[in-house]
Amino acid sequence: MTGHTPRLSGSGMTLAYDKRVIAEELSVEIPDGSFTVIIGPNACGKSTLLRALARLLKPSAGTVLLDGRDVHSQPTRTVARTLGLLPQSSTAPDGITVAELVARGRYPHQSILRRWSATDERVVTESMEATGVADLADRHVDELSGGQRQRVWLAMALAQQTPLLLLDEPTTYLDIAHQIEVLDLCAELHERQGRTLVAVLHDLNHAARYATHLIAMRAGRIVGSGQPGDVLTAALVEDVFGLACRVIDDPETGTPLVVPAARRRSGVPHPAPAVP
Amino acid sequence: MTTVAVEPSIGSRVGVRPRAVVVGVAALIATVVVAVLSLGTGEFPIAPADVVKTLFGQGTPAHAFIINELRLPRLITAVLVGAALAAGGAVFQSLVRNPLGSPDMLGVTNGASTAALAVVILGGSSTQLSVAAVAGGLAATVLIQLIAGRALHGFRFILVGIGMAAILTGVSSYLLTRGVQMENARALLWLTGSLDGRDWSNAIPMALALAVVLPVLLLACGPGLRILEMGDDAASALGVPVPLLRNGALLSAALLVSFAAASAGPVQFVALIAPHLAKRLTGAPGPNLLPSIAVGALLLTGADYLAQHTLSDNVLPVGVVTGLIGGGYLVWLLTTERRAGRI
Repeated sequence: MTGHTPRLSGSGMTLAYDKRVIAEELSVEIPDGSFTVIIGPNACGKSTLLRALARLLKPSAGTVLLDGRDVHSQPTRTVARTLGLLPQSSTAPDGITVAELVARGRYPHQSILRRWSATDERVVTESMEATGVADLADRHVDELSGGQRQRVWLAMALAQQTPLLLLDEPTTYLDIAHQIEVLDLCAELHERQGRTLVAVLHDLNHAARYATHLIAMRAGRIVGSGQPGDVLTAALVEDVFGLACRVIDDPETGTPLVVPAARRRSGVPHPAPAVP
Repeated sequence: MTTVAVEPSIGSRVGVRPRAVVVGVAALIATVVVAVLSLGTGEFPIAPADVVKTLFGQGTPAHAFIINELRLPRLITAVLVGAALAAGGAVFQSLVRNPLGSPDMLGVTNGASTAALAVVILGGSSTQLSVAAVAGGLAATVLIQLIAGRALHGFRFILVGIGMAAILTGVSSYLLTRGVQMENARALLWLTGSLDGRDWSNAIPMALALAVVLPVLLLACGPGLRILEMGDDAASALGVPVPLLRNGALLSAALLVSFAAASAGPVQFVALIAPHLAKRLTGAPGPNLLPSIAVGALLLTGADYLAQHTLSDNVLPVGVVTGLIGGGYLVWLLTTERRAGRI
């Protein structure tokens, strides 16, 4: 290792589902120890890029390198000990309890002969505590709220104990309070446990606030990457999303805050709504 | 006085659920009870105590002949076929993530029966019939998988499977119209699924298939199948080699179901109902392979007992009984689930 090569990177990738090409000649580097967030409009290929990095989609050209080796030439189980993924949609099997689901994160560390060890016990307990679901351990997953459920899935991904963790839209379907809760949790894991996180997010302001490294994509290409303060400009948002906006400092954190431009008013002002 | 609440370890809470063990053991005990009853019932009744004695080699020669030569092969075939159908069904339902996705709905059993039917119409031997049934079931499975595509998502597999079942039913009907009357009677009886006149030549191939396939399913596929229920992506991220596991589990299950069809004909509903019942009783996630197997053995042994002794003069094919029980269970299930507002 030279120290310059990040643990996870992709180079010259062509990503396609059957014949439908999503991206060509795509190269990306995930800085070690970063909380990288990928943003971009719908169908720009950001989830596809994440799937390629997670070994779920084999690039039809180019390679994804994990610790210097092609991720597709490594056994699934080996990859699963280094690289974790929280997919966009997972199904909690009927009747499964929180503890049982979180314990499944230990699967890549187990084998037919070695089923449950003291390490498994400790890691699962710690993962449930870190995500605040320890009290729910014996509850059924299907009776939890959306926010609780997402924390349980996150606990499962944590129990996998991978230095790299990919998150595909971890805040989708959550209300604003739960979105912030999940992102705070991610930031905490990133800071406290030193894991490298890569998340696909839709909300630009969330991305700007939580990311240490931002990647902006449009039509299968990376059009900007770096610190959120450098990447997220009004010009980039206009270019990538076709949205006129102003970018101001977030009064809470000083990170960029995207404020969409007000609707262009026609010449005649709207009459004030009648007061009943 | 202070009470110290000792949290049980996570390991003790995530392992095999006690309820699953209870269900499995209870079903096994019930199977043994039905088996003893079944061995003692018939034109020549034998008391349960004498049945047990005879099984342990302490019976009279007459009892030994009736039990070991006449009744035991049929009973063992029922136990093994029930177990095989249940294991196959549990794997299918788990793979396609649909409680109705059983091999008798998805064309696998139809593959076995159509091939067997062709042999019957052509006047082949019973060995040829068995070989054809196994080959037909496997061929149908491979074909469904090839058409459904490499990704093999549950939904696509179900649609292709249902299509395959429909085509093969058509082919079977055509074969029946071409057959002459005597062969047709034999063919129809076989198509219903029957354990009548089953001897060791039916039990032994089934036993061998189970001996080979079950360890593969339980040890190599079981843990992965549990993970696979969370979705392909989640499973892959957890280190499950998804395509390999799917193909391996699918072929193993198809092999069991095809051998079951070769032994007893396409007995309906056991592959559908046994895993379903086991899952309901255990309340546990995962394919519940062992409890399903025990319930399947119980179901088919029980159904065959009813088939033999309900009508005094006429012996029912066991497939009729499983059809009645299975259909009844489904209707009951739909009604109760609807009342509970779950569907």
